[in-house]
Amino acid sequence: MTWVLKAENLSKDFRLHLQGGVRIPVLDDVSLTVMPGECVALAGPSGAGKSTLMRCLYGNYGAGAGRILIRHGGEVVDLATADPRLVRAIRRDTLGYVSQFLRVIPRIGALDIVAEPLTARGVTPDAARARARDLLLRLNLPERLHGLPPATFSGGEQQRINLARGFAADYPVLLLDEPTASLDAANRQVVIGVIEEAKARGAALIGIFHDTEVRDRIADRIFDVAPIQDAA
Amino acid sequence: MSTPLMEARGLQLRFGRVAALDDVAIDIHPGEVVAIVGESGSGKTTLLRVLSGLMRPDAGAVTYRGEDVLAMPEAARRRLMRTEWGFVHQNPRDGLRLGVTAGGNIGERLMAVGARHYGNIRAEATEWLKRVEIDPARMDDIPGKFSGGMQQRLQIARVLVTRPKLVFMDEPTGGLDVSVQARLLDLIRALVADLGLAVLIVTHDIAAARLLAHRILVMRQGQVVEEGLTDRVLDDPQHAYTQLLVSSVLAA
Amino acid sequence: MSTDAGYNFAYLDESTKRMIRRALLKAVAIPGHQVPFGSREMPLPYGWGTGGIQVTAAVLGPRDVLKVIDQGSDDTTNAVSIRAFFRRTAGIATTERTAEATIIQTRHRIPERKLTEGQILVYQVPIPEPLARLEPRIAETRRLHAMADYGLMHVKLYEDIAKHGHIATSYSYPVMVNERYLMSPSPIPAFDNPKMHMMPALQLFGAGREKRIYAVPPYTHVRSLDFEDHPFRPIRAPHACELCGSRDTYLDEVLVDDKGGRIFVCSDTDHCQERQAMKEAAE
Repeated sequence: MTWVLKAENLSKDFRLHLQGGVRIPVLDDVSLTVMPGECVALAGPSGAGKSTLMRCLYGNYGAGAGRILIRHGGEVVDLATADPRLVRAIRRDTLGYVSQFLRVIPRIGALDIVAEPLTARGVTPDAARARARDLLLRLNLPERLHGLPPATFSGGEQQRINLARGFAADYPVLLLDEPTASLDAANRQVVIGVIEEAKARGAALIGIFHDTEVRDRIADRIFDVAPIQDAA
Repeated sequence: MSTPLMEARGLQLRFGRVAALDDVAIDIHPGEVVAIVGESGSGKTTLLRVLSGLMRPDAGAVTYRGEDVLAMPEAARRRLMRTEWGFVHQNPRDGLRLGVTAGGNIGERLMAVGARHYGNIRAEATEWLKRVEIDPARMDDIPGKFSGGMQQRLQIARVLVTRPKLVFMDEPTGGLDVSVQARLLDLIRALVADLGLAVLIVTHDIAAARLLAHRILVMRQGQVVEEGLTDRVLDDPQHAYTQLLVSSVLAA
Repeated sequence: MSTDAGYNFAYLDESTKRMIRRALLKAVAIPGHQVPFGSREMPLPYGWGTGGIQVTAAVLGPRDVLKVIDQGSDDTTNAVSIRAFFRRTAGIATTERTAEATIIQTRHRIPERKLTEGQILVYQVPIPEPLARLEPRIAETRRLHAMADYGLMHVKLYEDIAKHGHIATSYSYPVMVNERYLMSPSPIPAFDNPKMHMMPALQLFGAGREKRIYAVPPYTHVRSLDFEDHPFRPIRAPHACELCGSRDTYLDEVLVDDKGGRIFVCSDTDHCQERQAMKEAAE
């Protein structure tokens, strides 16, 4: 078996021009390799850079130094230097991200938000909606909510929509940022089931799980993100 | 990857002592939405006007599908402007014929490219009024009777009816109420995705750029100071000016 | 009749006539295209046919026979005084008979009788620019002509149908000349438009105030703009002429009393009289 995602010597710092140009180093020489079907849980104290690492892996934050190699369409691509259009293609076909909070698009119903990653790949709207409907129902989101824009939904409902959206498209690599934070016990079990199925089909998962019960159930190993001691 | 639909290199344009464009380069690929953000006077609108051939730069090159836009005869450029290109003005009054009915406004580009069947033109106008959420019963009203938001939606219908490949938008939500802006932005987002349009949108509204654009260019004093994937530029801004711009936005 | 001494033949000096002829030649060479010319002050006001008179003066020769009509009629003030003007300044023969004329200057009509090769029809034009009401910028209208960008004209026709259910433009109905230039046929009724198509006579148009000349050479394609599903229709009042009984000519409505009584008569007086004479002869 060969890796699907490989971060090499990744470093990241933030330079705050508005605060007199102060530099805040967050990641220093991080290397991480993830195999298909593997779930890696990022661990470390709050502020250690887990979220920054996730965002770098998604290309949301630029990498300061190092490479982020990902297998995309049979080729190895460095996400750290890829052209924006290639990053979009990678996010469409290869790399998914479930954030903690749903970014609501005005006037778009929950069902279409979940179906969108599929239609973006060219799946017919009907097939995409059918898949979205199944996932939403499985995550205990009743059908009467499917057509409504989720702006007014509760945090838990929004998170389940976010999860459905992330799992609808069967990404080979999926990043999960606190996927169960605002869920009740029953829904947590559903999410664990969904994640296990994703692993079984060979998806690589990288996640931040504060919920140790969930983490222990699904993570194959823990990757420690250590805080940088000496802030320069 | 795809070849760019439009490509510009080394654009220079001075207004007296002010550099409106200072060595600007930009690519726009098919189906790509690119936002140009920056404060007033940063050169955003000038760049839009130069790329669409409305203004000549002092130096530099602009190509559209490999063709030199600046060397193009005016006839060819105007033909592009009513077929493969579109321009959505900030003020709908600049982009609409206010004395002509909504249907006539939408029909004009069709007739300009040879549509000669009244019934078909009406049918197309009806379809487009629906797509921009204007009641087709208003088809024979003049746009002077419409609200600002409706006028802007009508302008968009008028531009999109000939299925352009590349649309230039200059602050399309400027001057509208916030609630109207949201609806318009969402409409633009849906139409752009449906039609696979390439869009170059000038805006100072960061939230609009985040919603619509795949890629962002940040301009300041005639220069592109930062560019890249929309969420990367907005969430991890590198240039001091971009950081200022992003930090000035209220969280939404 | 003797010519007034002190005037050059046909009033205008020779260099002015030469300038106008050059403009006319260019106009004939580019059918439907408006050619600017140095319109002169004439001894009558704008709107009375100064453009047409200058064109007539430039093409008139001593052996020409001139007919002048206004709204189809030879005996209205305008027609009478223009005929008198050329009799006095050029000493040429005038006529009211369409068949006899070599040059016919007209305001608002094309004679009903088919014109022939060798005849010249000179139109007095108030507004030469067909796009004038749609596009106020003259520079832009010229650009639109240069690019043959005539969608706007169809917008006007579209608006007509949208508002009235049919194309309500009944005069100055726009035409495409030689499938290239959009042209205003001066304010002739749309009924006359088909006569312009492939006409054997030369058609010249002069606008004095606007300083424009344009032309349609003999046997030139002239097409009235329309829509496939709203084809051009030459409209006339659905009556017979009270005087000659014609059912295929353009009619004027004439009020005959104060009680709303009205009759319809031919607008082309010469044609009507000819038909009346034929009817009398037959009886």
